[in-house]
Amino acid sequence: MAKVPIQFVLNGDEKAEFVESGSTLLKVLREKLGDTSPKGGCQQGTCGTCSVLVDGELRLSCLTLAETCEGAEITTTSGLAEGGVLHPLQRAFQEGFAIQCGFCTPGMIMAAKALLDRVPNPTREEVVDAISGNICRCTGYEPIIRAILSAARSNSHHAA
Amino acid sequence: MELRKNYFADERKDDLHEIGQSRPRSDAPGHVTGKTAYFADRSFPGLLHLKMVRSPHHHARIRSIDTSAAEKHPGVVRVLTAKDIPHNLYTILILIQVGPEDEYVLAEDKVRWKGEAVVAVVAETERAAQEAVDKVKVDYEVLPAVFDMEEALKPGAPPVNEHHPGNFYLYDSGDHRKVRFGDIEKGFAEADHILEQTYASSPIEQAPTETTGCVVVPEGNDRFTCHTNTQAMFFTLDNTSIILQMPGHKLHMVGGTVGGGFGGKVDVIVEPIAILAARLTGRPVSFIYDRYEEMQISSPRAAEKIVIKDGVTKDGRIVGRKVTGYTDAGAYSRHSPYGAQKGAAHYPGPYTVPNVWIDTYCVYTNRTPSSAMRGFGVTIADFALEVQMDKLARLIGMDPLEFRFVNAYRDGDMKAHRQPTTGAALIECMQEASRAANWPVAEKYLKMSSYKQGA
Repeated sequence: MAKVPIQFVLNGDEKAEFVESGSTLLKVLREKLGDTSPKGGCQQGTCGTCSVLVDGELRLSCLTLAETCEGAEITTTSGLAEGGVLHPLQRAFQEGFAIQCGFCTPGMIMAAKALLDRVPNPTREEVVDAISGNICRCTGYEPIIRAILSAARSNSHHAA
Repeated sequence: MELRKNYFADERKDDLHEIGQSRPRSDAPGHVTGKTAYFADRSFPGLLHLKMVRSPHHHARIRSIDTSAAEKHPGVVRVLTAKDIPHNLYTILILIQVGPEDEYVLAEDKVRWKGEAVVAVVAETERAAQEAVDKVKVDYEVLPAVFDMEEALKPGAPPVNEHHPGNFYLYDSGDHRKVRFGDIEKGFAEADHILEQTYASSPIEQAPTETTGCVVVPEGNDRFTCHTNTQAMFFTLDNTSIILQMPGHKLHMVGGTVGGGFGGKVDVIVEPIAILAARLTGRPVSFIYDRYEEMQISSPRAAEKIVIKDGVTKDGRIVGRKVTGYTDAGAYSRHSPYGAQKGAAHYPGPYTVPNVWIDTYCVYTNRTPSSAMRGFGVTIADFALEVQMDKLARLIGMDPLEFRFVNAYRDGDMKAHRQPTTGAALIECMQEASRAANWPVAEKYLKMSSYKQGA
C-alpha cells in the first residue's frame, strides 16, 4: 500500500513519519508515535475519547485523516504537563475525583482545554456544552463539570 | 444492635481517621496524564487482527461454510472454523458445576442468535480481515425463532438450544427455582386487599467506552501472554484452559486497568479464539470489538418479566407475596441461570413477609445471550418490588415510607429462604433518609430499631 510522508509538531516535538494513505490521526498517534493518551472508544466520532487539539481546535482524531495534519501543531493530554508539573485541568480532575475508569479522561481534558483556551471563565452551561461530545459511561459528569470550573477559577487566580 | 465492630472485635482498629478525609486515588495521576496503560495501549511488531463472521439470522441451520475465497484474500493469514477449536462446546460457570456446556466458541451445525460467531478471520490488517470476512460464504437454512419468554416456554415452541429441552434451565428443583415459606393461600385469605402487577424490562447494554478485547503475544515456548480487559481473570484463565485444552501455566493472563465494564466484561469470548489464532499463526493477535459489536454482540443485562401478587392488610402489613419471575438468557446460559436463582432468594426484598411463594424461570430465546450487569438478578427485581411497595401504600392510603417501616425486616426475623436476619440496618437507614430527604414520618417509626429488644 502506498505510504505518504507526513510531518507535524506533537506536543512541541517535531515528528516525521511515513504512513499508509488514509490512516487516521488516532492510528498514527497511537501506533506510529506511541502516544496512547487518545483512546479509540468508538472509531466513529461519537464518544470523544480520541479528542485532541489540532492547531488549537478540538478534533476527533478517529475521524481526522493524518495527511490533513501536515505542518499542524497537535496537542494531546500526554503533552499537557510541563516539567513534571500538571496542567491546572489535570490537577483539578485529580483533586476533584473527576475520574473513574479513566478511559474518557484524556479526551475530556482536551475538550475542556479547548474551551478554557477560548473562554477562560466559562459558565456551567458553557462547560456542559463543551463536553457534550464526550461520553463518560461511569456517568461521573458532575465532578467533571466542577473540575473544569475549578481549573478555570485557579487559572484566573493565577493571572490576577 | 449488632454492629460491624462486634463482628471484627479482635481485629478492629479504632484509631482510623479516613472517613471525611480526602485521599488521593492511586490511579489518578496515570489517568489525568494519559499514561495509564489499557490493554490496547500496547503495540507489538507483526500484530495480526482477528475479525468475526457473524450470523445474520436469529435462528438457522448451517448447511455449508465456504472459506476458500476468504483464505485467498490478500493479507489473510488464517481462517478458523469450529473444527479448529479443541473443545468447542463450553459454558462459563462449568467451573462451579453449573452446566451443561451449551455454547459454541464457533458455530457448528446451527446459529441461535443474530450475531453469533461462525468463522474467525486473521489478517495482516483490520481492513484485510474485514474484507475477507465479507468473502466467507455460509449457506443457511432459516429456522423459526422465538423472542418472547412465555412463548418459548409453551409446548411446540421452536427449540432454541438442544442442551436445554423445553427452553428452560433445568435446576435441581425442576424447570424453575422455588421458594416456599408459610402458606400463601392463607396469607391471601387474611388480606384486606390483593394487588397483582406485572413488571417488564428490556435488555440493557453496559456500553463501556473501552470495548471488549485482548491482545495475545506468543512467548515462543507454546506459552501465550494475553493482555485482556476481562473483569473475570480466573474465569477467563480456566475457561480458556478448557476450550483450548491447554494447561493453565501455558496461559499468561495479564489484566489491569479496565475502561469501564459494569459486568459486560465477565464473559469469556475474545480470549480463547485470539490465543488459538496466535498459537496457529505464531504471531501476536489482536481481537478487539468494534463499537457495533460492543453494542450488539456483547451480553447485555437480561430482559426480565416479573409478576408480583401481594396481599396487604388495612393497617399496612404484607401478609402474602407471590412472585413469578422470568429471566431471558437469550440463546445460551452464560451467567443467567445464576442471575435467575439470585432473584428467587431476593424477591421478598428487605421485608418480613410471613407467607411467600416464588418461582423464577431462566428461559432460552433466540436473542443475544445475556449475562452480568451491576447487581443482575436483583436490580430489576428491586425496581419491581419498590414500585409495588408504593402501589400497595397508595392502595391502603398509607405513607409509602411508613409502609416500609411496618414491613422492614429486623434482626431475628426469618427470611423466606430460611436465613435468619442478622445485622439489619434498614430501619436506621430509613430514619436517616427521612431526615435527609425532609420526609417526616410518625414519631413511633423514629423510635424503632432493627434490633428487637429482648430478642
